[in-house]
Amino acid sequence: MLSVDLAARRLGLRPGTPVAKAQALHPDLLIMDADPDGDRAGLERLSLWFQHRIAPIVAPDPPDGIVLDTTGANHLHGGEAAMLENMVTRLKESGITARAAIADTWGTAHALARYGRERITLVPPGETAAAIVDLPIEALRMPADIIEALHGLGVSRIGPLAGLPRAPLALRFGPDVARRLDQAFGRQAEAIVPVRLQAPVQVSRNFAEPISAAETIARYITKLVPPLCAGLEEREQGVRRLDLLLHRVDSRTEAVRVATAMPVRDVRRLTRLLCDRIETIDPGFGIERMVLTASLAEPILRRQGVSALIEEEEADVSDLIDTLANRVGMQALYRFAPVESDVPERAVCRVPALAPEEAKEWPDHWPRPTRLLPRPEPIQTMAVLPDHPPVFFVWRGIRRRIRCADGPERVFGEWWKGDAELTTVRDYFRVEDTSGETFWVYRTGDGEHGETGSQGWFLHGLFE
Amino acid sequence: MPAPEPRPALEALRAQVSRLEGQGRRRRGVLPFGMPEIDGRLPDGGLALGALHEVAGGGHDALNAAASGLFSAGIAARTRGKVLWIATRQDLYAPALQQVGLSARRTIYVAASSDVDVLACFEEALRHQGLGAVVAEVARLSMTASRRLQLAAETSGALGIAIRRWRRQTDAADFGQPTASVTRWRVSVLPSVPLPVPGVGRSRWLLELIRARAGECADFEVEACDAKGRLAPCRLALPAALADRPAQEAAGHRRARA
Repeated sequence: MLSVDLAARRLGLRPGTPVAKAQALHPDLLIMDADPDGDRAGLERLSLWFQHRIAPIVAPDPPDGIVLDTTGANHLHGGEAAMLENMVTRLKESGITARAAIADTWGTAHALARYGRERITLVPPGETAAAIVDLPIEALRMPADIIEALHGLGVSRIGPLAGLPRAPLALRFGPDVARRLDQAFGRQAEAIVPVRLQAPVQVSRNFAEPISAAETIARYITKLVPPLCAGLEEREQGVRRLDLLLHRVDSRTEAVRVATAMPVRDVRRLTRLLCDRIETIDPGFGIERMVLTASLAEPILRRQGVSALIEEEEADVSDLIDTLANRVGMQALYRFAPVESDVPERAVCRVPALAPEEAKEWPDHWPRPTRLLPRPEPIQTMAVLPDHPPVFFVWRGIRRRIRCADGPERVFGEWWKGDAELTTVRDYFRVEDTSGETFWVYRTGDGEHGETGSQGWFLHGLFE
Repeated sequence: MPAPEPRPALEALRAQVSRLEGQGRRRRGVLPFGMPEIDGRLPDGGLALGALHEVAGGGHDALNAAASGLFSAGIAARTRGKVLWIATRQDLYAPALQQVGLSARRTIYVAASSDVDVLACFEEALRHQGLGAVVAEVARLSMTASRRLQLAAETSGALGIAIRRWRRQTDAADFGQPTASVTRWRVSVLPSVPLPVPGVGRSRWLLELIRARAGECADFEVEACDAKGRLAPCRLALPAALADRPAQEAAGHRRARA
């Protein structure tokens, strides 16, 4: 076992116990597989959060810690004690049990956070040595084989280890022991390599004279886009979101943001997308600086073109989709995809316009109406029960006599969706009135049993 | 139609007229209906590609646009490439379009917030080179707007279909106003093909070709789109029951004709 929670610890289980043994002791033990990659990714994410909230220099300290250089950031959080308290509480709120320590060196803080007595430990400057002499040597970030060998020598605490002569130690265990000791006592510096988001590709241009005409802005957009695309090409990326910031002389900033459905690195297309939005810019007294940032970039996947003679290449419409999406919004462009459901309004779902094509199709055994009303509308009818189509019906104030009809097509409620649909039934009829207009009407209920529905009639769609 | 004998003077005049109309730039080809009686009436034997066509429903269908929508979907299904369907009121039911051959995989919908947005998206889409057909549902279509659309369609070769769909029956009189579209169609429903058993037969439509540039108006009675979007000529004469329908009932269902 790699790690145990508090309840397991109370039962007497410790990290390192074989799983089989623990299960033999406590058969109802809950065991989860270790996920080192997931843990590392989680630490990275948490580090970014700390970097955002606490201090700029933050690094994950695998497998289970995060190290921060809080120098210069303490006062922002009400002092060291309040800051640690705050951090531990915030983590606890999100379900993470944490221990924290602050000390002069990374090594000491690391040791105290894991092996200290208190949940939160503060080591005043200069008292590092006193704080860790009593801790076990496992706290020193040394490889497991060295620790085991040291235990074999009868050394189990940091204090006695620090008192041993250096030369024999280095001869026997290599430089690690002395290095870790020096790092913990602060005799050797240790740098924290902070996590860093990859800086986005950004190009900018300053103007000696403020610009404001739409044509001028357009001209400089066409000058900014090519270097941006060159920068993206070096990273083999394309933009998904592009921000154009225009700093005005009255120190206000106008922003234009365009988004694309797929990563794009095409100069013409990006220029076009930005120039379409020029009319939304208010230049005020003039613009003195333009900054173009690829705030969201993704790798461009290269696809093999069609090489067979008989196949025709499918024209690419993603540029049109982007242009339209920046006008009406990305969510206003969609396709319909089949869903396996017999209830007509549930048989379709909206998917993004450029989503991968699904192989499914709707079953073709019953005709479906061209227009489906957003909500079925109640109609007045006269019909012979249980399974005859109506003789006439009144919809939106017009009485229509029915000339011929098809049906019923019985649709059962989806009982797995909820108890309310356990017994419900709809009987659909396709009816044609004397003028030739064809409608899709249904009755809730099977015409015989009250529990299947109210037996009311509704109009759900129009064929033609 | 018998082939007209060649007259050089007339040919020169025709060429001059078509140059004036801006048509001679590029021949885009046509999309035939596959029915000789319709294709024979249309110049070049089919719906011109790279042009704007207007479709409206007759009677109640001017508001519901169900038959006109299905007619347009049938045309779009027979083109190649993606189809863009722009509308403000989205109540199309995709499984029905699949049943006339317009697969959901090819069709991209645009939900515009206003008629202005519809026209802007329509024009933008018609300029794009890669689409098979662009269908837009609009109520008002001015001469200027339709001219822009027609010019946009000429640059790309996409088939543009404007479904005229009004909110009120009285607005449907707008269909009388001139526009720059190449053809104008009105689709009205007729009683379906009678079956020897109870049930609803294949739908029939009265297709009115109200306007055709360089062509003449005509009416056709057709059977509605099949699974590949093709129309078929009416095989049977009108049933007797329809022919002597009571006059009062006919009055109640008279189609509003603009």
